[in-house]
Amino acid sequence: MSLLRGVPRRGLILLALFVAAMALAPLYAGAYLLSVLTLILYFAYLGQAWNIMMGFAGQLSLGHALYVGLGAYSSAALFVHFGLPPAVGLFVGALLAAVAGTAIGFLGFRFGIQGVYFALLTIAFAEFVRILFEHFAWVGGTAGLFLPVSNRSDIDVLALRGTPEMFYYVILVMTLAALALSRALLRSRLGYYWLAIREDQEAAESLGIDVFRYKMIAVALSAALTALAGVFYAFFYNNLFPHQIFAMDSSIELLLGAIIGGVGTLFGPIVGAFILTPLSEGLSEVTEGLKIDGIKQLVYGICVVVIVLFRPEGVWPWIARRLGLDGEARRGDEP
Amino acid sequence: MPLDAVVNILVSGLLTGLVFGLSALGLSAIFGVTRIVNFAHGEMMVLGMYLALVIFKWTGIAPLVAVPIVGAVLFCVGYALQASLVNRILTAPEHMQFLLLAAVAIILIALLFIVFGPNAQNVALESAYDSFEIGFLIVDAHRVYAGVGALIVSGLLFAFFRFHPLGKAIRACADNLRGAEIVGLDVRHLFALTFGIGAACIGAAGCIILMLVDVHPHLAPSYTLLAFIVVIVGGMGSLSGALVAGALIGMSEALAGLLLQPSLKSVFSFALLILVLLLRPQGLLGVKAR
Repeated sequence: MSLLRGVPRRGLILLALFVAAMALAPLYAGAYLLSVLTLILYFAYLGQAWNIMMGFAGQLSLGHALYVGLGAYSSAALFVHFGLPPAVGLFVGALLAAVAGTAIGFLGFRFGIQGVYFALLTIAFAEFVRILFEHFAWVGGTAGLFLPVSNRSDIDVLALRGTPEMFYYVILVMTLAALALSRALLRSRLGYYWLAIREDQEAAESLGIDVFRYKMIAVALSAALTALAGVFYAFFYNNLFPHQIFAMDSSIELLLGAIIGGVGTLFGPIVGAFILTPLSEGLSEVTEGLKIDGIKQLVYGICVVVIVLFRPEGVWPWIARRLGLDGEARRGDEP
Repeated sequence: MPLDAVVNILVSGLLTGLVFGLSALGLSAIFGVTRIVNFAHGEMMVLGMYLALVIFKWTGIAPLVAVPIVGAVLFCVGYALQASLVNRILTAPEHMQFLLLAAVAIILIALLFIVFGPNAQNVALESAYDSFEIGFLIVDAHRVYAGVGALIVSGLLFAFFRFHPLGKAIRACADNLRGAEIVGLDVRHLFALTFGIGAACIGAAGCIILMLVDVHPHLAPSYTLLAFIVVIVGGMGSLSGALVAGALIGMSEALAGLLLQPSLKSVFSFALLILVLLLRPQGLLGVKAR
């Protein structure tokens, strides 16, 4: 387990406890808690996928909903129209998303569009595709695309058909795999190049790093991983609407956790998801009785503002210091 | 297609576009000086619309007349926002600034939702059915008032930045922040002032646009996007660029609504945006981005 080399013992124990608690969750968690945990892991996974592009390579994307949507729609359409299982569809979705990502990246990076401008370009493309999908009758247009559900108790992982427990384990494995991949990337040559580009693009370029190429790899990888979450979404919810899945709100929702948790850190996106999703779910519970629409979003927004003002570098680095896992957090941050 | 129909559509698109140009002016002024992208832009504009609506319902003052009041209220909102929150994150990384303003947007829209509910509302003015006729050109009176109103407010803003000492001081901050600090300008106050002035423009635009569209909270994200498009096409930080691009986008959307389906009209704007970003990233009238 070379990935675990250099992690302090305390970190290893905590990681093992975390994985064990998550793996055993279906034994002690009721249906509702399990659904919340599934949602948390979904956003933890998405945050990690986004983090590869922003946290590692320093390219701010505010349009990642585009890749979620492409993954969801291509796998769902192949299933609905040709009966192809998501085990096939996910490759198509990931490939499409990677192609879209590299196209946007190519246009942006070739023409020297950086920072805010690049972020706005990503939003523009996501919106553009949303409008196209709303007029794309083959996948249902604005009326939505619905996936047939035959029997919820037959478990077939390759077809992504089964019980809530199965979906929970699928997203858990995806999240842990993304964590391992992030760790491996950060310790690879590629990861060092990314961090160099993130910290100072001109300096990286002067050292002979092919900045354009490595930024493209970051976008393609991040987009492809994000599309896999879209495949999960499609088969978990069984309905897709362009105005939901491609919305700017979805793009924002999926990166909130990663920023709150700590951009560029390994555990930041996971910690962020564990803060924000329960916050949102808990607020729904509490405010349901009040019968005031919008109060949940109000409190949620205020919480985000407070976190931004008081933990501007993210929550995870602060927790890591508290737990004495400094070394690990630092290694994740700047190996 | 008959020529007069096309000209009619273009003129009304131009007039509507001027209002969006005014709102984008606010976004552009804020970015040009503070280097902050106001992601709560559409929410502030919808706030302006609701203020105009409330003023109309309580006092019967028409939205066009209420522009100074709404502008003043939005100025205070903008000043307070910059002074209390945004000034603290001026040196934070871009994604943190984005997150803070996105959260402000969530808060604003939730407040509007709580107070006004989700339904569309409008001002019912008797003059809504008036129109001007010049030859074959027939334009809604409201659209003319809106376009002219937007031009007047923009003119006031240009005059302020050009002639007023405070406007000059703000431009100094935008040109050279370090230099402005050295000569003793209170940069934080000026930043807050800029955000306030930008917000006032956005509020005025919201006030004016209420004559043409019904207001509901979900308008906000689309207004934010539209303003981004206008500002990038015109050139980030370029004031006249925002107005010109607003008119251009207004006309192209109107034309697209005529040629294609109305629901496809924003595809035109996005295509224009992507073209401008690729061919002239600094915008039509912008100077090379820093």
